[in-house]
Amino acid sequence: MTKVTSAQEAMNDDVYLKALTDLLYQLADDDFLISFRGSEWLGLAPHIEEDVAFSSITQNTMGHALMYYRLLEDLSEGEADALAHERDPSSRRNAVYFEKKNGEGEYLTEPYYDWALAVVRNFLYESFKKVKLEALTKSSYTPLANIAGKVLMEQPYHLSHWKIWFKQLNNSTDEAKTKLQSRLEEAWQQFGDVLELGEYATELEHFDIISGEDDLKERFIQEVESTVKDIRDISFGKAFGSGREGDHTPDLDQALNTLAEVYRSDEKAVW
Amino acid sequence: MTRQAKEEEVREALKSVDDPELPSVSVSDLGMVHTVIVDGSSVSIVMVPTFAGCPALDFIKADVHQAVLELDWVSECEVEFSFELKWSTDAITDEGKKQLKKHGIAPPPENYEPGQEWTVNCPYCDSDYTSMDNVFGPTACRSILYCSSCKNPFEAMKPVVEYAIK
Repeated sequence: MTKVTSAQEAMNDDVYLKALTDLLYQLADDDFLISFRGSEWLGLAPHIEEDVAFSSITQNTMGHALMYYRLLEDLSEGEADALAHERDPSSRRNAVYFEKKNGEGEYLTEPYYDWALAVVRNFLYESFKKVKLEALTKSSYTPLANIAGKVLMEQPYHLSHWKIWFKQLNNSTDEAKTKLQSRLEEAWQQFGDVLELGEYATELEHFDIISGEDDLKERFIQEVESTVKDIRDISFGKAFGSGREGDHTPDLDQALNTLAEVYRSDEKAVW
Repeated sequence: MTRQAKEEEVREALKSVDDPELPSVSVSDLGMVHTVIVDGSSVSIVMVPTFAGCPALDFIKADVHQAVLELDWVSECEVEFSFELKWSTDAITDEGKKQLKKHGIAPPPENYEPGQEWTVNCPYCDSDYTSMDNVFGPTACRSILYCSSCKNPFEAMKPVVEYAIK
C-alpha cells in the first residue's frame, strides 16, 4: 500500500477515509475516557507522590486524545472540542471497559473507588496502547504514523509506572493479590472489544492503516504475559457489547455529562 | 534587510519567548524552533513539541506568534507544531541547560539510550549522591529528585529520545 501523506489525499478515497476516521475515533475516545477516569482520582490516590504521578500521566494522555481529535479535525470531522464534548454516546468508539466507573460512589460525594481496578485497568490499557502505537508507526497514513512515533517516546513512562504498581501489589499481601486477581478476571470478561477494530476492521488491515486484530491480540498477550501469568487460555468476553460498534453503558453517560458540564455552560467561550 | 537578516532577527526574537512552565528558559534554547521561513513580510515557523501531550503547547504557539508580530516589518506570522520531527532532550542548548539549572532543574542526561539507567547530578551542588522521589513531576517532562549531599529537593527533565521497536 502506498503511503497517504495528507488529509487531502485521504479524503480522495471514500472507503479509506471511512476506515481511517473510525480508527481515529477509537484511538481518541479510548485516551479521552481513560484520562477522565484518571482525573477522577485526583486527590484520592493512595499517597501524594501517586497523586502527582497519576495526574501527570492523565494530563499527558488527555493531550494524546487531543492529537487524534485534531487529526479528525483535519479530515473535516469538526472541531476537536466539539468532537470531544458534543458527540452522542452511541457515536463514541471507546471500548466499554474504559468508561467503567472507578468504583462505588461519586467523585464529589463518598468516592469509594477501587485502587485494584485502577492498577489493573491502567496496566492493561498502557500495555495495549504500546502494542497499538507500535503497529501505527508503520501506518499507511503518515500523519498518524508520525504521531504514534512521538507518543511512543513518552508512553514507556506510563506503562512502567503501572507495571511497577501491578508487580508490587501482586507480591505483597494476600488481600492485595486477591483484589488484583478478581479485577483481572472482571477485565477479561469485558476486554473483548478493546482488542477489536470495529466495523472497518477488514479495510483497516487491507489499507495497512493498522495491522489486523489477530496480530494485535497476539502482541498484546506477549506484552502482558510476563507480568500476568496464564493469560493464553483466557477467552476475552464482551460482557457489555462492543464499544467499537457503539454499544455503551450508563457509565459513559455519567462520564460525558460530567466532562461536558463546563463546556455546555457556555459553548461560545474562548479559552 | 535581506531575507537572511530577517530570519536571524526572528530567531533572535524567539530567544526571549520563555516556556510558560520553565520561566527564563526560552523555547529556542529548549530546541523547539525548527524552521523559520521569511517571505517578504510574512513569517512561517515550524516548531517541535517537547511532550506531545503537553498542555502548554497552545500557550507557546500564541507567545511565539505575538513575539514575532512585534517585529516592525512583520505583517503576518504562522506558527505550527510538526509531529513529523522528533524532539529529543539532546536538542537543548548549553544556555538552556544553564538556565534550567538556575531554576533547580537538572538537564537531561546526554546521549541517553532508551532503557539505560540514568543518573542525575544535583543542579545546586553537582553531587551525584541523589535519588529519584517520583519519575513524574509538576509537568509531563519533569521528575522530582532529592540530593542527599546538600539536602535539597530538585527536579530533572526526563530523558526523551527516539523509540526503537524491539
